[in-house]
Amino acid sequence: MTERILALLAQIAIVLFLSPLITGFSRTLKARLQMRRGAGILQPYRDIHKLLRKGMVIPETASWIFSATPYVLFVTTLLAGLLIPTVSAQAPLSLYGGVLAVVYLLALGRFFLALGGLDTGSSFGGLGSSREMTISAIAEPALMLAIFTVALSAGSTNLSVVAQASLGQSWRFLAPQQMLAFAALFIVLIAETGRIPVDNPATHLELTMIHEAMILEYSGPYLALIEWSAAMKQLVLMTLLVNVFFPFGLSIGWSFATLLGLGLFSLKLLLLAAAVVLVETTNAKMRLFRVPELLAVAFVLSATALISTFLF
Amino acid sequence: MWPTRELFTAGLLAYALAMAGGLAGHASKRTASWITSLLCLLSLAGALLEFGASAGVLFGGAESQWVLSSGVPYLSYSVRLDPLAAFFGLALSLLAASVSIYSLGYIAHSAARRSPELFCFFLNLLLLSLTLVFTASNVLFFLIVWELMAVAAYFLVVFDHESAEARKGGLLYFLMSRGGTGMLLVGFLLLATAAGSLEFSALHDAGQQLSPALGATAFLLLFLGFGAKAGIIPLHIWLPAAHPVAPSNISALMSGIVIKAGIYGMARVFFDFYGTLSVWAGMTVLVIGVVSALLGVLYALMEHDLKRLLAYHSIENIGIILMGFGSALLFRSFGHPQLAALALIAGLFHTLNHAVFKCLLFLGAGGVLHATGTRNMEELGGLIRRMPSTALYFLIGAIAISGLPPLNGFVSEWFTYQALLAGFGATPTLTRLAFPVAGALLALTAALAAACFVKAFGITFLALPRSEAAERAREVPFSMRSAMAILAVTCLVLGLGAAWFLPVFDPITTRAFGIAASKDLAANGLILTAGSLRSGSVSPAMIAALLIGLGAVPLLLLVLWGRKSSRTTGPAWDCGLAGLTAQNEFTATAFSKPLRMIFGALFRPRREIQAEYEVSPYYPKAIHFESEIEPTFETHFYRPLQHGILWIATRMRRLQQGSIHLYLLYVFVTLILLLLFGVRG
Repeated sequence: MTERILALLAQIAIVLFLSPLITGFSRTLKARLQMRRGAGILQPYRDIHKLLRKGMVIPETASWIFSATPYVLFVTTLLAGLLIPTVSAQAPLSLYGGVLAVVYLLALGRFFLALGGLDTGSSFGGLGSSREMTISAIAEPALMLAIFTVALSAGSTNLSVVAQASLGQSWRFLAPQQMLAFAALFIVLIAETGRIPVDNPATHLELTMIHEAMILEYSGPYLALIEWSAAMKQLVLMTLLVNVFFPFGLSIGWSFATLLGLGLFSLKLLLLAAAVVLVETTNAKMRLFRVPELLAVAFVLSATALISTFLF
Repeated sequence: MWPTRELFTAGLLAYALAMAGGLAGHASKRTASWITSLLCLLSLAGALLEFGASAGVLFGGAESQWVLSSGVPYLSYSVRLDPLAAFFGLALSLLAASVSIYSLGYIAHSAARRSPELFCFFLNLLLLSLTLVFTASNVLFFLIVWELMAVAAYFLVVFDHESAEARKGGLLYFLMSRGGTGMLLVGFLLLATAAGSLEFSALHDAGQQLSPALGATAFLLLFLGFGAKAGIIPLHIWLPAAHPVAPSNISALMSGIVIKAGIYGMARVFFDFYGTLSVWAGMTVLVIGVVSALLGVLYALMEHDLKRLLAYHSIENIGIILMGFGSALLFRSFGHPQLAALALIAGLFHTLNHAVFKCLLFLGAGGVLHATGTRNMEELGGLIRRMPSTALYFLIGAIAISGLPPLNGFVSEWFTYQALLAGFGATPTLTRLAFPVAGALLALTAALAAACFVKAFGITFLALPRSEAAERAREVPFSMRSAMAILAVTCLVLGLGAAWFLPVFDPITTRAFGIAASKDLAANGLILTAGSLRSGSVSPAMIAALLIGLGAVPLLLLVLWGRKSSRTTGPAWDCGLAGLTAQNEFTATAFSKPLRMIFGALFRPRREIQAEYEVSPYYPKAIHFESEIEPTFETHFYRPLQHGILWIATRMRRLQQGSIHLYLLYVFVTLILLLLFGVRG
């Protein structure tokens, strides 16, 4: 019992405190690739610290939905992070929800975030909400089909079981269906975390924004919670990719081996983040109405992955 | 011994009493509000008694059946309260109770106020006939109460008969309902000839006794006949026409439970009258389910009439239910009763859940209509400040229908996913690929539904009011709010306590597949599983508890760091522009624009912009904007059908010459032909 509580606390700490690091690393690497110095890997921590102490302005047009949104988003994302295996193949709460619960918890957070965007009455908020819901909706079939492919080969939607199944045969990621499903999920990752070529997290032009447009009216601690949630969501989705497809270093229980696992886990995340950054720096942002084509590619990839399970 | 029969009869009597009271009140031409209230309370009493009867069957196993002979050949008033009937009866009584409470406050302000007693008469007739539809167990008796239900619903839909829209919607409903009954009649007679009896008890597995061709014909006729009532695509066109124009408490019943009568009929036919079916039958149901779900939600997204939007969502949810039913049929053909039970539970659970949250949403929309006088979302907005309770209940309904955790919609969609996933291993043939693809499309449907309800809730309730009517809106009376509260709490209870509710399905799955699945689908600690803990599990109750518990983290962060941070209210930043007005707000049409463009091949959107200007087109004085989408099914399916029928009718007119001698000749020739046919057979 004590062990389970310790594991839970450890995982909460990992999800909370590792996530800004990944964001900071991505930004710094991106800056270096663009021949800039960047603000440093620790900048997201400083941002959160600063925002939490600042005052905030609540728009007078907004209702309680606006204030509830940061909490709902933060809590749902954090809980999603507790359902997936990070450093140990045994996620502390995986019994209470598998991969479907993870996807739907993130959807619940997004539901409130989109409402928060509409709540202020500002046209940019509505614009962001509309685009966010559209893109997440058309990303959903590819995401689910890729997840199904993985779940079917493990015979379970419980992520701990899936991770243990892939741990048993470490080189399985070379199987065609795994590689295709990974490629599909990689595209979905880019779309869901709002990265170039789908969305530009660093844009200053409101008309091209998606995620940022929804949160234009947020300030101070609420903005900190939302930014932190975005970092956690990125961590959750990246963990899903690295641990399901490349389960190297996952320990079975929670022991000292997990410390080693933490190092390997961070390394895998940084490698994946670097891949995303490479895509970001070598591509231009797409027009909004070209995004469905990209996501259609992801869908075809995951459909092919599914069909190849049938063949091999 | 639980007095099932007594409770059931007493409930019917209460409805009948309310009908009599309604007619008497209407005849006496004296309208008094206490009479209406009394009639609503009588329906409430009837609903509670029926609830007791159904609960007795489901939880206590106190089944009951009895037969009253009618004196007419083949017709008998047989009533059977078996688990399947009781399950639908439970949903009906729950909705009937909330709608009765809602009506206490609603009738006086709606189109029903002109003759409230007559309205109560039809309302109770509808409840009475629905109760009997779920329990009648003789084909003729079933068809009689089925038609009574259709007629009662028709009069309620057109109750606001001065509105041309209502008359048109009602007529369309009536026509589709007629066509459906025609197919049902033929389908039932085919089955009955095989069984040699019109009693439902004799029809058990009757489908097997027919030749394959006739069995398939009967199956298709019954599927389409019940499908017309349930609103499957392409027989759905009456739903968005008839549901929104009815008084809102009736819309709630129509979308909540009347269309479920079609689902009940399908469940009865699929899992009682047919023992096993070929693979194509299950595949047809699954494919129609997927198509209905996806197209239903896509059309819903394009609506900015709040009640029409909800009506299209009914089509979507019927599709999700049919995904469960279709998978159950397929699993039964493949010889996997365990999986069939899982899929049937998914479908039936979603039936109940959809009844609850759709009723809640329609009652909420009725509250909005009541407070503002409009169903057009583009004229609403800002209602969350003016109607806080209605907004909260509508939000709960919206979260539930979007299938988001931890409410009931999530639970039944989760079971549907698990059934579809399990389907992949159920057969080695290529058919298996259909299951994950259906699952992916279910995911698309659910995500689009979430987008649609962000729009529906966000545009209607949030930000600034877009019209004076919305500006002046006031919260609805206590009775209407409490009805919504009951349903909202039910959404919560069915979601969190799903593991406790599952044993209800045991008698149903035992009868259909010989398997009681609930003990495999639930584990301790309110965990739901997909057959076993290893194959996947979820616990809505724990998720809810954890969401609340983890709320301590952000609160702690804010207390520890943000102690000194100030919190002020000011004008929205809006990119530095001063003076945010309702004109700046995003509209419902704009919200769904990206999806209208992406699915342009389906919608074929057409838009027209006319700008009036004096000097330069860059300084317009007024802009007229018009946008519409093509009603695909109306244009490409029903219009040719209508033309065809008219063409045949014109040709047939030549038969009618108005001469009695000619008609006598027709009768004579027909008689001769029939005699010849009889002799030959």
